[in-house]
Amino acid sequence: MFDVGCWMFPVLRLMEINPACPLPIQQYPQVLMAHGGGGRLMHNLLEQVFGKAFSNPILDTRHDSAQFNVPPGKLAMTTDSYVVRPLFFPGGDIGSMAVHGTVNDLAMSGARPLYLSCAFIIEEGLPMETLWRVVCSMRAAALRCGVQIITGDTKVVDKGKGDGVFINTTGIGVIEHTLNITPQSVQPGDAVILSGDLGRHGMAIMAVREGLQFESTIESDSAPVRGPVRALIKAGTEVHCLRDLTRGGLASALNEIAEAARVKIAIEQRSVPIREEVHAACEMLGLDPLHVANEGRFVAFTTAKEAERALQLLRQHEVSANAAIIGKVVEKASPLVTLRSAIGASRILDMPSGEQLPRIC
Amino acid sequence: MKYLDEYRDGELARQLAREIRRVTTQPWNIMEVCGGQTHAIVKFGIDELLPKEITLIHGPGCPVCVTPLEMIDKALEIAARPEVIFASFGDMLRVPGSTTDLLSVKAQGGDVRMVYSPLDAVKLAERNPAKEIVFFGVGFETTAPATAMAVFQAAQKGIKNFSTLISHVLVPPAMEALMSSTNCRVQAFLAAGHVCAIMGYEEYLPLAAKYRVPIVVTGFEPMDILQGILMCVQQLESGRTEVENQYARAVRREGNQPAQQLVREVFCVVPRKWRGVGEIPASGLGLRSAYAAFDAEKRFGLTDHQVDEPADCLSGPVLQGLIKPHQCPVFGGKCTPEHPLGATMVSNEGACAAYYRYRRQNFSA
Repeated sequence: MFDVGCWMFPVLRLMEINPACPLPIQQYPQVLMAHGGGGRLMHNLLEQVFGKAFSNPILDTRHDSAQFNVPPGKLAMTTDSYVVRPLFFPGGDIGSMAVHGTVNDLAMSGARPLYLSCAFIIEEGLPMETLWRVVCSMRAAALRCGVQIITGDTKVVDKGKGDGVFINTTGIGVIEHTLNITPQSVQPGDAVILSGDLGRHGMAIMAVREGLQFESTIESDSAPVRGPVRALIKAGTEVHCLRDLTRGGLASALNEIAEAARVKIAIEQRSVPIREEVHAACEMLGLDPLHVANEGRFVAFTTAKEAERALQLLRQHEVSANAAIIGKVVEKASPLVTLRSAIGASRILDMPSGEQLPRIC
Repeated sequence: MKYLDEYRDGELARQLAREIRRVTTQPWNIMEVCGGQTHAIVKFGIDELLPKEITLIHGPGCPVCVTPLEMIDKALEIAARPEVIFASFGDMLRVPGSTTDLLSVKAQGGDVRMVYSPLDAVKLAERNPAKEIVFFGVGFETTAPATAMAVFQAAQKGIKNFSTLISHVLVPPAMEALMSSTNCRVQAFLAAGHVCAIMGYEEYLPLAAKYRVPIVVTGFEPMDILQGILMCVQQLESGRTEVENQYARAVRREGNQPAQQLVREVFCVVPRKWRGVGEIPASGLGLRSAYAAFDAEKRFGLTDHQVDEPADCLSGPVLQGLIKPHQCPVFGGKCTPEHPLGATMVSNEGACAAYYRYRRQNFSA
């Protein structure tokens, strides 16, 4: 287990970490069971890898629990586990994803992220170099997001009992606004704004995992979305709900909100941005891009009269430069999401029933 | 997206729909044979653009849906064996046999892998010489050439640890079985475009002549389907019963001859049971005796057994176009994609799943 103290961020930002794996870890090219065994090897791993990469005053106290102050206001807390295979993929890796994903969940409350915990479950035999790359990527992502990793844990499991490395991160953020950003705040007439094009993360992973080759490489959209969310709140936009689009894609997120708010939501297919290569890959495999996972996309529900202004604010940020108004909340009703197709007919937009499976022909 | 958006153009769709309305003077029943077409019709709401005189009947052309329970049970039995890596197309994994499905076998420790091509299964065999690799050969004429190629390559390379569980089916015999049935309501067919891309459409000429029915080889995009319907209606209204090709950008009259040759090399025509329909003579493909060594049923000594469908599932009449999915009493209640009673609810392209997924709100009142 490793604890972290308060990172001195501006200082650290200037300190470059050596990308090569630190000594004496190099004496052990792979993670051994003993690295989780509580002895000298584990101590070295914590000190040389996690302690070094995440070093800051809170972590450096090396206590069993992290102690920290919080600014006044409501707190937001979230947790997520990351089990992606392969660990490195076009556009990201498990390390950056484990930071972005949790920070994005905090952003969906409009919270400013403060602290993360992170727990590693490492499969025996994982190359130490790989672990170091993952940790460096987490460090860079945390710096970018302005969040500090203040406590953590490491376990090593037998070869074959893991998939390289699993990471859990828990995030705490502070809510510094007075909006009530929840699905229950969604009202008839609200506009549904999507922050960018859909399906890139899911298709990037599938292409690498299954060895599918397309003309151009599809890159994951993994990215923090705190910037555009902060801009919306700072500008006083009346945001009713935010939801990041991860597994299950846009379709699952909208259905969950419709269910929680007891409303009918209507979406226009032609307004939903989807990149050509993602569209083509989905068509080939018989998948619906509206069901495919994303890691840097969200939907925002705002009042209709503020929708255009919100859209312009979002478009000023790189991560949401292709934001679009894709539909609206029609009425209080039995929960339902409908999609008007390219040829003008309307149908249900359902949650996928399980794992998305490519079809036969 | 190029070559796609132009076939999904809203204005063109409305023009075609107007033309269909203009030429239609009386009620007509048209069957789209392929599940991919059913899926597109319901997903894009193509039927909502049609005049009320036109009824679309959803045909049996979903390979997942018509694979008999007995065959899925055999797949489950093989996949559960410790020495086996069982390779299958993705959408077969969730289809329930009489007790469980392949994903559950995987959860219980079976080595079940999803592959995109039968040739991937051959590669698995080469990489895992100590394992028995079994590929589940399912599908119509569209996928049969790829299965044939896998078997052919395995034979050429002398790969001993590869075999196939074959459940390939053929479309024209099923259309003939439907037409010769006394309660057949079908007056014209949209033939399955991708099947014809392989097989051509000469084999439909005697069917059109014998049963006096227009057959239009049709693609899968909204424009394709609307144009196919228009061509059917034009024939019906003028009393013609011809085979026409709407999908000329993919289908030639003679089809893909090297693919056909390969299929003939590896497979022979056999009788085959269709789930929900029953046995249809000469409607399936089986391995020729020269390739019998690659027959998983023989390799694992599996025997035929009779399995009954759930009594309250009406997927049979749905597959034959006798009822619409929502007319089944268990539709959307006891039977949903999460808890399917019949395969038409499991497969994405099954008519029941398409109705449930895209328009169940129309039937809930």
